[in-house]
Amino acid sequence: MNENRQRGEALPIFISNTTKTYGDVFALDSVSLDIKSGEFMTLLGPSGSGKTTLLMVLAGFTRPDHGSVKFGDREVVRTPPHKRDVGMVFQNYALFPHMTVAANVGFPLKLRGVASAEMADRVEGALETVQLGGYGARRIDQLSGGQKQRVALARAIVFEPRILLMDEPLSALDKKLREHMQIELRHLHDKLGMTTVYVTHDQREALTMSDRIAVINHGKLMQLDKPRQIYDFPSNKFVADFIGESTFLPVEVTGGKASYNGTQLKTAINPSSAASYDLLMRPERVSLVNGRTPRDTNVFKGTVSDLVFQGEAFLMYATLSDGTNVAVRGSTLRDTMANLPTVGSSVTLGLHKDDTVLISDAGA
Amino acid sequence: MSTADTVIVNASSGEDADRPHAEGLKQDAFLERLRLFGLCSPALLLVLVIMVLPVTWLFYISFLSDEGTFSLEHYQRMIDSKSYTRIFLTTFKVSILTTFICVIIGYPLAYFLSQLPRRAAAICMITVLLPFWTSLLVRTYAWLVLLQRKGILNTWAIDLGLWDEPLKLVHNLSGTLIGMVHIMLPFLVLPVYGSMKVIDNDYLKAASNLGATPAQAFRQVFLPLSMPGLFAGALIVFVLCLGFFVTPAVLGGGKIIMVSMRITDNIELFFNWGAASALGVVLLALTMGILYASSRLLKLDRILGGGGH
Repeated sequence: MNENRQRGEALPIFISNTTKTYGDVFALDSVSLDIKSGEFMTLLGPSGSGKTTLLMVLAGFTRPDHGSVKFGDREVVRTPPHKRDVGMVFQNYALFPHMTVAANVGFPLKLRGVASAEMADRVEGALETVQLGGYGARRIDQLSGGQKQRVALARAIVFEPRILLMDEPLSALDKKLREHMQIELRHLHDKLGMTTVYVTHDQREALTMSDRIAVINHGKLMQLDKPRQIYDFPSNKFVADFIGESTFLPVEVTGGKASYNGTQLKTAINPSSAASYDLLMRPERVSLVNGRTPRDTNVFKGTVSDLVFQGEAFLMYATLSDGTNVAVRGSTLRDTMANLPTVGSSVTLGLHKDDTVLISDAGA
Repeated sequence: MSTADTVIVNASSGEDADRPHAEGLKQDAFLERLRLFGLCSPALLLVLVIMVLPVTWLFYISFLSDEGTFSLEHYQRMIDSKSYTRIFLTTFKVSILTTFICVIIGYPLAYFLSQLPRRAAAICMITVLLPFWTSLLVRTYAWLVLLQRKGILNTWAIDLGLWDEPLKLVHNLSGTLIGMVHIMLPFLVLPVYGSMKVIDNDYLKAASNLGATPAQAFRQVFLPLSMPGLFAGALIVFVLCLGFFVTPAVLGGGKIIMVSMRITDNIELFFNWGAASALGVVLLALTMGILYASSRLLKLDRILGGGGH
């Protein structure tokens, strides 16, 4: 028992060449992914991308066709779920309805033969960690969605697993609570230090919480990087499109320089001339240029086709000369709002050279 | 102009201008309730005519002596005569045993069905339901044919060398139980299957993830969650058994006498409606008592109402 409590070190996870097919469909297509010990890794992708399959392979509920999954030095790909010793928070929480909160949280301890006095202490401790101290005697159906979420989390961490898996745990909560829980989960992770693998389809959630994000689509790893890097420098069109809002402009590449509509673009990184490229424009990175063009900025001329007030931001659509609609988003500062061009008038859009990111079409 | 109209209308109906249409809306709500009640009145009337009135009448004649005066003689006889005690004991013994065997056979069967893919489960369910579609009498006599001294079962078993002498499988308790279990099984399997089908697979995954072996997950999560269905099914079977007539009459061979059979005898042989009614009343009272006690013990309202959630 004491031995159980003392092995608090987080474990790294090594996934290599793991494939899972359902009929002809590849849920996982030869995925290799290393997760550092203590890292908060998010698996991000649209529904059906294989992110949940990968999590289920880690938990042991899905048997891959082939592949290797190691927790530290231990190969676990053939280990049944109940011997893997990983905590997991299910999407619908999966709290046992016939047990009280305390019995739910104590369940993994009871199975591990923890003495009842120690069990009560640890259950209360776990409940306090998720700010539900004193809720032990409640029935599950007496809890709100947010409280169920916390109980599920307490149950997953009470036996101090070195790896914690979470399957879209916040998707059933309303927006405000979800955003609050994102921060709280992140703090909890920093406090407990266990390696966390988190599945979500919500890109904002992934950007908010993760150390690194693995973007997955069609069972393949599309990009693996830190949130800022993923957002600013997506490595392919899928990632650029899936994360954040984006407008793509086709560019011609000649002699290592990109140009749009005949105008050469200033870029931070010059393209290699081999592939064809698109220019990625994030609405909030596009500025409205009045008068003199600032330094290191590419400009695009267009006509305002739509202008919407969204509260904290305005959203403008400008049609460029080739007919492409570009979205522009800006904060609703008093001065900005006073000087916004009206629908139908011409407008000059600016994009700083560091934000002028070229996306290779290959591999999308 | 319209303002003036409003004022006049309000003034004429004596309504408060701050609570427009309060009276009218209240009246609408009342009429709606009345109409809804009107819709169920045919059903209520039917229940009154075919249930409440006969039972009340039964109750009434059970307190009448043969001369038509008020008397407790029919109840007195039940207390005095040993045979009545024996009949009630037999009835309960047969009902409890049938229920018990149904649980032993039905629970694993329902579990098996609940784990099958949808299509296979549907096909297997038909075989479970098949007895429902054939006449009770036909099924009972079929068992007689199968189980009797020179029946198929004994013949085959002796041919195969399983036993040497023909076993007495019918005209006794075992024959009665075989027949009754066969007839009652669907009543147990259906509610149990229903309660198992709604158990989210994630509960078992969660148990497994938290360290439970498959046996522990079944014992500590699946079994308790399927209990409501099992209680409901067992209760239905037990209560139906208490009033069962045809199968024990045919397969019991006169050795198994249940309350319902004594009621028939009282009417057909002795033309004693009072005695038959008194038996019926006692059986009804016992059944209701058992239902009430089990509902208190097992929190049946939650089981039947909540379906385990």
